Amino acid sequence: MNLLGKSLTELLKSELHSQDVVDYFHKRIVKYNPTLHAFVSVDEQSPKIKEDRANEKLKGLPISLKDNIGALYSPTTASSKLLETYTAQYAATITHKLAKDGATLLGKTNLDAWAHGSSTETSDFGATHNPYNIDYVPGGSSGGSAAAVSAGLIPAAIGTETAGSIRLPASWSGVVGLKPTYGRVSRYGIVAMGSSWDCPGPITQTVEDAALLLSTLAGKDLHDATTIDQEVPNYVAELTKERKMTIGIAQEYFENVDPEIVTLVQQAVSLLQKSGHTVKKIKLLHPKYAISVYMLLQRSEVSSNLARYDGIRFGKNRSFFGKEAERRILLGTYALSSGYYDAYYKTAQKVRYLIRQDFENVFNEVDVIFAPTAPITATKLGDNEKFAFYGEMMDVLTEPAAAAGIPAISIPIGMHSSGLPVGGQFMARHFDETTLLQVAHQLEQLISFDRLSVMNRYE
Amino acid sequence: MNKYTPVIGLEIHVQLATKSKMFSRCSADWFGKEPNTVVCPVSLGLPGALPVPNKKAIEWAILVGMALQCKQNKVSKFDRKHYFYPDLPKGYQISQYDQPFSYDGMYEFISKKSGELKKIRIKRVHLEEDTGKLIHQGDESLVDFNRSGMPLVEIVTEPDFDNSDDVKQFLEELQVIVRSQGVSDADMDKGSMRLEPNISLRKEGETELPNYKVEVKNINSFNFAKRAIDFEVKRHAEILDRGETPPQETRGYSEGNSSTVSQRIKEEAADYRYFPEPDIPPFVFDDDFFAEIKKQMQELPHENIKRYESLGITYDEAYILTRDKKVSLLFDKLIEALDSDLIGKAARLVVNKKFALTDNIDKAVVEIKNLLQPKETNEDTLNTVIDEVLAQNSAQVEEFKQGKETVLMFFIGQVMKGMKGQADAQRVQEVLREKLA
Repeated sequence: MNLLGKSLTELLKSELHSQDVVDYFHKRIVKYNPTLHAFVSVDEQSPKIKEDRANEKLKGLPISLKDNIGALYSPTTASSKLLETYTAQYAATITHKLAKDGATLLGKTNLDAWAHGSSTETSDFGATHNPYNIDYVPGGSSGGSAAAVSAGLIPAAIGTETAGSIRLPASWSGVVGLKPTYGRVSRYGIVAMGSSWDCPGPITQTVEDAALLLSTLAGKDLHDATTIDQEVPNYVAELTKERKMTIGIAQEYFENVDPEIVTLVQQAVSLLQKSGHTVKKIKLLHPKYAISVYMLLQRSEVSSNLARYDGIRFGKNRSFFGKEAERRILLGTYALSSGYYDAYYKTAQKVRYLIRQDFENVFNEVDVIFAPTAPITATKLGDNEKFAFYGEMMDVLTEPAAAAGIPAISIPIGMHSSGLPVGGQFMARHFDETTLLQVAHQLEQLISFDRLSVMNRYE
Repeated sequence: MNKYTPVIGLEIHVQLATKSKMFSRCSADWFGKEPNTVVCPVSLGLPGALPVPNKKAIEWAILVGMALQCKQNKVSKFDRKHYFYPDLPKGYQISQYDQPFSYDGMYEFISKKSGELKKIRIKRVHLEEDTGKLIHQGDESLVDFNRSGMPLVEIVTEPDFDNSDDVKQFLEELQVIVRSQGVSDADMDKGSMRLEPNISLRKEGETELPNYKVEVKNINSFNFAKRAIDFEVKRHAEILDRGETPPQETRGYSEGNSSTVSQRIKEEAADYRYFPEPDIPPFVFDDDFFAEIKKQMQELPHENIKRYESLGITYDEAYILTRDKKVSLLFDKLIEALDSDLIGKAARLVVNKKFALTDNIDKAVVEIKNLLQPKETNEDTLNTVIDEVLAQNSAQVEEFKQGKETVLMFFIGQVMKGMKGQADAQRVQEVLREKLA
């Protein structure tokens, strides 16, 4: 049986017995995880599908969760030694929703410790490797999820994004990564990082799978006061509506971008244009402002969210925080200190509002915005230490949408001469994931990216 | 020796009697339960847990603010207040910083001590979550999170008190107000009402606030509040007389010797690193929302007193009748069942505990009418009984003749007993005096 490259949707349509599918992927994880280290934990035995799940929407098919998402009585470490012995005492809302829709949870994927990072190298349990070239990083912080999907160790996975942590690894690992609107998907049960930014979303092989999983994940949650009570559309049904759109291109998102990536994005734009979409030049605030905003607000929230790991509970004391967490706690604590609060936190909040307004204005003219997901392709393992603000540099193009809370999706748009994949991203209005998925689906069909070759290397 | 005026402000915490906790659906029925059995991911601060505010608690907190004549913020929010303590599971407390639900209130009362009208400004009334509790056993400290996440209303007054009696009276009246609204049992013993006075002294005649203040914690009765303040006032005066300034500090009240002991010297204001709670969107209230809350408001004690006065009850008696909502509610039923000209007299009977007011109102009406009815006295029987009583108590008769007036009450009691209650007390006294003369 060879299920490589079969999307979740294709597996659902197949006549295969889901237990066989789960066993198949379990075997692959056991076999290839030592090479890629995409998973922090996986059951020794392939999990048995619960009878009732096989009849639900997802038919018992396997899905992996990033290890900052709580699953009942399972380890949830956020890839930090500090939580090495912690077992979640309740299930995250999205975990519960996936199970209710019939998913079989298979393995917890690696991330930068506490999701602080853009390469998955800062995981306290070791780096994840990029399936395209194991000397390279998969991107982060949801690097384990992205690498697992990319190498065909799991048909689909769930990641979380604060500012780029779904889209960047999706782009560097050649898969689809969807960051929904902030408030569209519940954060309850997910180890908090930047509370006003955090957003879980699917990492998949196809846009259709992203639509399918978003239908399960999305919706108001009584446990999360920041989720919005708004009807969840049938994203899959909406997907095939061949709407012609006005697509905005902002020059600010092409500065200091690898020329090969620029070329691939331009080729994608031509394809979209040729198939009847209108392309419009727009002006957006320079993405660099989002970096400063992110740096202050996210660090502030991190310093607060990590305060509960004070050594009294969870079995490990604060010395188990890694360097990156320590840096973020210190900077956030400083930014929130009296006397600095107005200058830093409050000012950053104001700029954040301007970024949001800037997007809202542009969306009066265009349906979606298209841009490169990252300025370069995946970096070599260890290279992150060469850059003072590695994460900020790599996430420069993903942070503005995260700051504004708008939905965005990265899809593979081609290969770099280095043999690494390149991603392009769409951004859309708040709660307009429908449009986002429609246009991404159309471009995906136009490009028909080869996702199989890389998987075949792990066979 | 200098003369000083105390400058006293209060911080009062009232735990609301909601069904669930402040930010979770966890049961709020925690008191007296086995440690760490009334908990949930939110009240334990487990990774990933998120707070969802309790609407009832917000309404009740605003209600308390309204009862203290506060203004309400139309835009309000929760904030995180950071500090480390083992009973604080998240490393921060969800509280309110710069946009509390209510602010700028006023409470007026007639001081029992001076008879003057006192006006106390209420700085703010906000809502926050309670912490867990530390239990020290031998050389171990244990944490019980049952109380963690309970809704807590914080009432902060301006430093407008100048004596401990007024403080005690205010606290008693505040307790009555809170209870009148049914939002808390405000029980000092159970810790559902807690208080922290802050005290400093200034020279008599000065108006500026002193450059220090001392906070006293660990006070669990109104009497202790008074004693703690009295102790502090004396202590500060001694220090000031030496030409020194008492250090800015937090002290704990020690019940054993009615004194206070230093707990923590505050060298500078603690930095709580407040910032808006990102897990809870800000609130934008409209007038309809406030109007709905106002509708829930029960009659306040001072309004109740006014109403009773208008029915012919004296202020003092109305004050006593309105100290306990249960009593005033029963008395209201009695009012409905009585002729209006009997209400004032009935109030006096209740206040003087001439009979027990229960929810059997019909019985109460009969008893009252009976008590107010002048008794038919059989003069012949009365004469016989009095003669007997005086004969049997010759020693007391002698005492009375030597001027011990109080013995008369003894005789009246004995005679009433002999008359089996069937005599008018006034007439009994008249005849007794005649015979003893």
